Amino acid sequence: MSVIDLNDYSVELMTAAGVLKAVDSVALTLEAGKTVTIIGESGSGKSTTAMSLLGLLDHGLAVSSGKASLLGVDAVKDRRGVDALRGRRVGLIPQDPMTALSPVHTVGAQLRQAVRRGRPGTSKADAARVAVELLGSVRIPEPETQVKKYPHQFSGGMLQRVLIAIALAAEPEILVADEPTSALDVTVQASVLDLLLELQERTGVAILLITHDLGVARLMSDTIHVMRRGRFVESGPADRLVNDPQEEYTRKLLAAVPSMTDAPAVAGAKGPTASGRRRADAGHAESDTDSAAPAAANEGEAR
Amino acid sequence: MSALLQVQDLEVTYPGPGGGFRAVQGVSFEVEKGTTLALVGESGCGKSTVAKTLVKLLEPTGGRVLLDGTDIVGLKGAELQRYRSRIQMVFQDPYGSLDPRLTAGALVAEAIALRSPGLSKAERLAEAEGFLDRVGLPAGSVTKKAPEFSGGQRQRIGIARALAVRPEIVVLDEATSALDVSVQAEILELLADIQEETGTTYVMISHNLGVVRSVADSVVVMRRGRVEESGGAKAVLGAPQSEYTQLLRSAALDPAAMSGIKPREVVRRFGAVPVAAK
Repeated sequence: MSVIDLNDYSVELMTAAGVLKAVDSVALTLEAGKTVTIIGESGSGKSTTAMSLLGLLDHGLAVSSGKASLLGVDAVKDRRGVDALRGRRVGLIPQDPMTALSPVHTVGAQLRQAVRRGRPGTSKADAARVAVELLGSVRIPEPETQVKKYPHQFSGGMLQRVLIAIALAAEPEILVADEPTSALDVTVQASVLDLLLELQERTGVAILLITHDLGVARLMSDTIHVMRRGRFVESGPADRLVNDPQEEYTRKLLAAVPSMTDAPAVAGAKGPTASGRRRADAGHAESDTDSAAPAAANEGEAR
Repeated sequence: MSALLQVQDLEVTYPGPGGGFRAVQGVSFEVEKGTTLALVGESGCGKSTVAKTLVKLLEPTGGRVLLDGTDIVGLKGAELQRYRSRIQMVFQDPYGSLDPRLTAGALVAEAIALRSPGLSKAERLAEAEGFLDRVGLPAGSVTKKAPEFSGGQRQRIGIARALAVRPEIVVLDEATSALDVSVQAEILELLADIQEETGTTYVMISHNLGVVRSVADSVVVMRRGRVEESGGAKAVLGAPQSEYTQLLRSAALDPAAMSGIKPREVVRRFGAVPVAAK
């Protein structure tokens, strides 16, 4: 059963410079228990796709069209329906764990709030108990004491676990994870990814993952969509897409990842990658401006 | 001949309760002229603290930093100025490290003025234009202000500004970690070309082992303020001896090396890695 179904889905953003088609006729299907990833560089439209689907973009400034079904709700027409899903049947893991939580409330208070929103009718005592259980389930040691702490008393990796716990509070059917590990150290990233894989094994939650990291995408995904300038330039099973990319842009993206193995870089050259060996004046202009213009209107992310 | 830069038994203690926090201790390494040394490690391991002592943004509390055999710890006045023109830094954040009110030309001309105070304003700007051109910025960039450039272009300005001083050593503090991979590849390529042309020595701070593997000659792996392992880049990253380096290496998710492996097997060992509260 598919939990997300996009077809000919577009998002237009009203910017100071006019209308920008940030998402241009994309198609995507996410099945229960699976992970679908949208990968792309800054300004490609990957976050815009997810955020507009969740109804998190300003309705007056972002106009979506086409077909978008989120757990059977029409996400283009039925905004109230989507609002009712968020925090209940759909959970969101945001990118930056340091700023996503309120600094003046304890972690426990924020978890309890998520539990009571996600599971209406839960008593205060039950919410408190579930909050502790949730922290334990994301492998935070001594959860009984940790619920009393404030976000600034946690490290980045711990905060990302708290956010995953909050996203799981309602036992959602879909998790949308927007660059969930981009702000973390590599070993912490690996442990958070392991946690997500384990949770998926255990609960069968479907994951829509947004990332710029091909390694993360390859590890986590069943299907990968490569996005550039609002369009999916290539889509396919994770393994096939990485081992046998069909499109020039996918190849370029893969070649730009500095590898740990002695693979294809130009023989004898000390330069980083084969693709990097292009002349600077030919190469940089395109991708630099590419990431400049839409990024401002779109994601504005500087990693 | 001894190495261009020698760091010996470096120690940095930040003041604080209970005798302060020892961010770096017993760190030693050498960098040969014209080569690239990478300091790698995770947040809080002390790698940026070491970098700051090299460019004299921070005084070490112990140990020596030798440039051509001369200890630079405690340098003052004219000698310090001379040292500062021999070593430059490119910062991590391309958005925060350039004054938004200055044009790219003015940013680079400022650095030229430090090196050659005798030049006229017009001469400085003309030379700045040459450096901006060298780092691959489009013609006309000299009169544009920092906010008009993308992240990758800003990092090119930062590199032009560092090069304009004609330094012997450039410290690159996570200089490409805020950039998209394709832009990162271009910047790394530019840095390699410049090193080939000018023989500039790089000290690179990075948490990205893939980047380090592709550009560094030697590597120092740091953990909790100490050197965990060091040596030639190929040896350390190809066949790491210390358990921690091995852990770092397996956490670097290399898409090309994941064929036919079950996802959880790649990361399962990290499930047990304790993540203590701050």
